[in-house]
Amino acid sequence: MSSETVRWERFDRKRRLGRFVAGLLVVVTIIASWRFMAIDFVTLDTVPREVADLLTRMYPPDVAYTPQIVDPLIETIHIAALGTAGALVLSIPVALLAAENTTPNAGTYWLGKLLVTVSRSVNTIIWALIFVVIFGSGPLAGAVAIAFRSVGFLGKLLGEEIEEIDFGQVEAVRASGASVVQTLLYGVLPQVKPALVGLGVYRWEINIRDSTVLGFVGAGGIGVELFRAIDAFAWRSVAMMLIAILAIVILSELLSAHTRRLVR
Amino acid sequence: MLAVSDLCKTYPTGDEALQGVDLTVEGSETVAMIGPSGAGKSTFIRCINRLTEPTAGEVWLDSTGLTALGDDELRTARRDIGMIFQEYNLVERLTVMENVLTGRLGYVSAWQAFRRKFPAEDIERAYELLDRVGLGGMADKRVDELSGGQRQRVGIARAVIQQPKILLVDEPTSSLDPETSETVMELLTEIAAEREVPVLINIHEVDLALEHADRIVGLHDGELVFEGTPDDLDERGLDTVYRGAEPATTDTSRSTDTPTPAGDDQPRVGDAEVDEPVVANTREQSANGGV
Repeated sequence: MSSETVRWERFDRKRRLGRFVAGLLVVVTIIASWRFMAIDFVTLDTVPREVADLLTRMYPPDVAYTPQIVDPLIETIHIAALGTAGALVLSIPVALLAAENTTPNAGTYWLGKLLVTVSRSVNTIIWALIFVVIFGSGPLAGAVAIAFRSVGFLGKLLGEEIEEIDFGQVEAVRASGASVVQTLLYGVLPQVKPALVGLGVYRWEINIRDSTVLGFVGAGGIGVELFRAIDAFAWRSVAMMLIAILAIVILSELLSAHTRRLVR
Repeated sequence: MLAVSDLCKTYPTGDEALQGVDLTVEGSETVAMIGPSGAGKSTFIRCINRLTEPTAGEVWLDSTGLTALGDDELRTARRDIGMIFQEYNLVERLTVMENVLTGRLGYVSAWQAFRRKFPAEDIERAYELLDRVGLGGMADKRVDELSGGQRQRVGIARAVIQQPKILLVDEPTSSLDPETSETVMELLTEIAAEREVPVLINIHEVDLALEHADRIVGLHDGELVFEGTPDDLDERGLDTVYRGAEPATTDTSRSTDTPTPAGDDQPRVGDAEVDEPVVANTREQSANGGV
């Protein structure tokens, strides 16, 4: 028997140190944020009472209020649908620019990346604020805001899908004498079609949720009504609206999941 | 007639894939290009229709100088060049018919292509060709439902429907089993003969090359080191192609001269050959049998 014991370590000393520092950083960040916000545990002891109070005021939901929220709900769905459709159309050229294998040159590549980042770094609500100024308050501003926010999301993810395609198929189409547009239609589009549909439906589902708050800045949808009810402390109406929103969000998620399964 | 003169390709990595290759393919002959992995066979074929841009040299197809063409002219010229690929390169999510009609894209507008509106004669020819390659009744199947052999038949139909002046074939059988390889090669050469289309085919399976080609050329390390009929290709010729031995050297000098350059086995950009084991075998055989 050898006296030397066999040792095995998953990480060497340097890696262990690195992992320790990374862990420490996470903890320090959390503590720093906590202290910065000066969260006081004392204020938390009123929470159960407030929650109970709010729930009591919300119960029972005001069912008689339902007819009044049908129209804003439908408007919300339309804002999401129109915004998503616009975003899909705009995102295809953006994705082609932002994908390394289809972008014409380095300049267009960075332009694509820039468009994606600008669109994504601005929240839907901020976009809505801007477009309410431009178009006036109403669902149009909401739909455009939804579209502007979604272009970045769709452009980025679709661009990544395009980077993943089998370029041999594209080359074969090109080798037969197809034009650039034809090559995109026959070589690229079929390969990303499931992703295109899947991402579109997924974004639509997100946009339904986003559209519900657009009304807070006057950009149409159920949010207008919801904001008004909260302002008026009409908590039973608020409860009814929250239930309705929950219902259409669940429905949109089911539809989205189902559609993504259908496309292969 | 395809005439290639002094074709050179140096990749940005500094890799000299082709070092001045001259080759003529004319009439309705089938020329097989053999050579080890990384010899530059794929690069050579891809430089002809400029899927890979050659660094220097000229390629002429009849009276068209392919190497000097601008983008639009190149597209038009490519209509006359059919290409068949190692990995089939069919558009997997399209149907068999759509893939075959891809060969006619150069003759329709983008809008027609989008709506799948092809001229009736193209569709008629596509059906005929599908029957000819043994895929009658499969037109509306999606390509990803097909077997490897069936896919390469679609690949053949797609190239032939172009009514090309030449067929470029890049390792058509290396993704197929030996039996399917044989039938696919047979079909390919038969169809080319029927239509009197010359064929330039990259192939590393020497047996298939000997059986189906009218002429054999051997590429080693970016240079043409053998040219002759299948009968001319003896052990010494194989040795030259696969080990780079000088045609005139004796056995003793050959054994000292054998090591192939280290860069030889490195996959090159655009040179997607997955035939390592086969080539290794061939090399071993020639190493054993050569002395």
